[in-house]
Amino acid sequence: MPTTTLASTNVELNDEGFFVHPEQWNEEMAPELARQEGIDELTEGHWKVIRFMRDEFLAKGAGPSVRMLAKTSGISIKELYQLFPKGPAKIAAKIAGIPKPRGCI
Amino acid sequence: MADTIEKVSIVISKGSLDGVYPGLIMANGARAEGIEANLFFTFFGLDVVHKARHEHIKIATVGNPGLHFATMLGGLPGVSTVMTHYMNTKMEKLDIPPIPEFIEMIADTGAGIYACKASVDLFALEKNDLIDQVQDIITVGEFYTLAAGGEIIFT
Repeated sequence: MPTTTLASTNVELNDEGFFVHPEQWNEEMAPELARQEGIDELTEGHWKVIRFMRDEFLAKGAGPSVRMLAKTSGISIKELYQLFPKGPAKIAAKIAGIPKPRGCI
Repeated sequence: MADTIEKVSIVISKGSLDGVYPGLIMANGARAEGIEANLFFTFFGLDVVHKARHEHIKIATVGNPGLHFATMLGGLPGVSTVMTHYMNTKMEKLDIPPIPEFIEMIADTGAGIYACKASVDLFALEKNDLIDQVQDIITVGEFYTLAAGGEIIFT
């Protein structure tokens, strides 16, 4: 598995680029992870989603898929896709250092 | 890096519950993966984007061996309605949205929603009969132009 350096710390990522050990993540790593996904600057809107995904993962053991993310966070599907055009749940999970959500809806 | 899919165009040609959901789930799932997606509704699939009909899409209880009950039974009045209700309740528990809400959600993900011109003409419909999420009524040739460079999935 590839190891990479983020915010001067070595972290382990899986083949798809998701954190293998979510506890290795911290917020300082997020801007660099976001740039790798084509998001040049993390706005307050992005952060709201990233922190929400992280909190859901820590509370429930898994991050939500897009529909559940919209329902529970109150952020609309439209807005989520404006923030993360390449897939809100997937990309936000990657930036939040948590595993890829596994939902079909 | 492994091969990736960048774009899919999904044709929905059936008007039954079981004929409609797989295509919708595939389109929504494509967008969730960051894949560009178009939906093209043709023939009875047009019911999915028909204002008066999209709330009344039923499961086929006749000629549907997957249900595992007698065709004679499936043809009785009300059986399709009851089975549809049963299926909808089960799907609601799994948080799969009802068709009208699902199509709205898919439109919100940025997927393209199109109706087939030949089918619209065949059923004597107008743009006004279709839900607002339908971006355009297009010909098969225009569909291929839209689908260019991506995968086409027929359901």
